[in-house]
Amino acid sequence: MEQTTNTIEIEDLRLAYGVKEVLHGVTLNIHRNEIFSIIGPAKSGKTSFLRCLNRTIDFISQATVSGTIRVDGEDILRLKDIYHLRRKIGMVAPLPVGLPLSIFDNVAFAPRCAGLTQKTDLAEIVERCLKQAALWDEVKDRLNTLGTALSGGQQQRLTIARALSHQPEILCLDEFSIAIDPVTTMRIEDVLKELRKEITIILVTNLTQQARRLADRTMFLLNGDCIEIDRTEIIFSDTPGNRKTYEYVNGIFG
Amino acid sequence: MNKEVNTDIVRPKQIPRRAFAAIAGEKLIELIIRLSGVSAIIFVLAIFFFVFREALPIFFSDHFDLFKFLFNTQWYPTSAVNVRYGTFALTVGSISITFLAMLIAVPFGLGSAIYISEFCGPKQKESLKIIIELLAAIPSVVWGFIGLTVMSRMIISITGAPVGVNLLNGGIILALMSVPIIVSISEDALKAVPDSYREAALALGATRWQIVYRVLLPAAKNGLLAAVLLGVGRAVGETMAVLMATGHAVQIPHGLLDSVRTLTANIAAELGEASVGSDHYHVLFLTGVLLFLLTFAVNLTADFVIRGIRRK
Repeated sequence: MEQTTNTIEIEDLRLAYGVKEVLHGVTLNIHRNEIFSIIGPAKSGKTSFLRCLNRTIDFISQATVSGTIRVDGEDILRLKDIYHLRRKIGMVAPLPVGLPLSIFDNVAFAPRCAGLTQKTDLAEIVERCLKQAALWDEVKDRLNTLGTALSGGQQQRLTIARALSHQPEILCLDEFSIAIDPVTTMRIEDVLKELRKEITIILVTNLTQQARRLADRTMFLLNGDCIEIDRTEIIFSDTPGNRKTYEYVNGIFG
Repeated sequence: MNKEVNTDIVRPKQIPRRAFAAIAGEKLIELIIRLSGVSAIIFVLAIFFFVFREALPIFFSDHFDLFKFLFNTQWYPTSAVNVRYGTFALTVGSISITFLAMLIAVPFGLGSAIYISEFCGPKQKESLKIIIELLAAIPSVVWGFIGLTVMSRMIISITGAPVGVNLLNGGIILALMSVPIIVSISEDALKAVPDSYREAALALGATRWQIVYRVLLPAAKNGLLAAVLLGVGRAVGETMAVLMATGHAVQIPHGLLDSVRTLTANIAAELGEASVGSDHYHVLFLTGVLLFLLTFAVNLTADFVIRGIRRK
C-alpha cells in the first residue's frame, strides 16, 4: 500500500560543497499527505536536503548533487523546467523573509510569476492563503502596507501564506518556529494539521517535541547520515531502532 | 640586581608619559576628523558666498534685468550698442542635453549593472568591472575630442546634418561619460540586496528576470535612484566635453541636430575674455549661481522623491 502512495522517492542522495560531502547517500520515500519530519543537530544537512528538493541548490556554486530524487515519478535532478518544480513545492525559511513588497504583493508574487494577472483571481488567492495561514483577520484591513513592517510571527505566517499561494503539492518548512512565540507556533501547527489533508508536509525542526506532536514519520539525520526513519511513535519510544536516536530525542546526546 | 631595580623604576615613569601622548594623539585625530567633516559645509557655503559676491555688482548695472536674465534667449554680452544678458537658451541647452544624456545612459547603465550583478559569471564580471572603471578614467577633454572628430563625422554621414557638433553629439558623449558612474553605483545597490530575497523568490518559482523586476528593482530603488542622480550631476556639471561636442551656438534647440550651448560651456569659454570687474564678468558669475541653484534643485527633488518612496 505504501509503495503506491509515495510522492517523493530519494535514492542515494549525495551532496558535496566543494570537496566536503555533507549528505552521504540518503535513501528514503515520503508518502502522500503525511507530515514527515526531519530532526537532527546542527550541520546535519537538513537545510541542504530541502535545498536539493526544490533545486535552489543550483545557485550555490561548487555544490554537486548525485543520486536520484523523484517527485511524482519525475527525476528532478535532471529536470529542465525547474520553475514548474518550484511551483509544486512551497518553501518556508527559518527566518521570515518578507519580500520588500506589500502584503498583498507578497502573497500574489508566485501566482503573478506563473502568469496570473486577473485582479479578482489574485484577490481570491491572497484571501484564501492568508486565511489558511491564520493571518487574514490581523491584516485584512492593511493589505497594501509593507510586508516587512509586520511583526516577526506575522511575517512568518506571511511566508507560509506565500508558500501556499501557488497551491503546492508539497510544503517544506525549515525550522519555521525559531523566530516566533509558542502561541503562534501552536496556531501554525494547527494550520499544518489542517493542511495535511490536502498536501504533503516536510518539516525540518530542532524542536524534537514538535516533531513528536505533528509528524507521522520522522527521520533522524546525523552529520549527513540517515540514522533512522520510522513512525514517530517508534522514534520517540524507549526502543527506537538505533541507540543514537534514543539519546538524541531524550537529550542525552551531545 | 641593581640593573633590574633600575629598569623597574624607569618603567612606571615611561608608562604614564606614553598614555598621555596616546590620549593627546587621540584627541588630535578626533579634532582632525571633526574638522574635515565640518569643512564640507564650510567649503560649500564659502564657494557659494564668493561666487555670489563676484556676481552681486551686476544687480546695480543699468543693462541688467533679472527677469530678462532668466527668461530672455538673447545672449550678447559684448555688443557695443545693445548689451543683452539672456541665459534662457543656455539653461534650456543644459537641461536638454542632460535629459538626452540620461535618456541614453539610464537604460544602458541599469541594464549593464543588472547584467553584471545577476546574470554573468564571475570571470566575466571581473573583466567587465575593470573595463567600466577604465571608461570612467578617460579625461573629459578626450571625450570632447572624440565628439569633435569621430562622433561628428559619424553623425554627418548618417543623418546628413550640415554640422556634426550638436545636441545629439553632446548627449551621446555625456551619456558615455555618465554610464560608468551609474553602473558602478547601481551594481553596489543591487549587491546590497540580501541573498535571502533572491532565494525566497526562487523558491516561489520566479525566473531570473522575474526576480530582477519584481524583487531586486523595488528593493534597491533608493540606491538606483542615487546612481541616476549622480549621473545627472555629472551631466549637468560637465564642461569640457560639451564645449567641444555641442557646437556652442546660443539658441533654443528645435531638434536633435541643432547646436546648443550649455551654462557650463558658456562660462568656460567666456570668462577668460571678460575683463575683471566688467558687467560681462559679473554676469558670468551670476550664471554660475544659476547653475548652482539648478543642481541644488535636482538634488532636492531627488531627496523628496526618495523620502516619498520610503514613506510608501
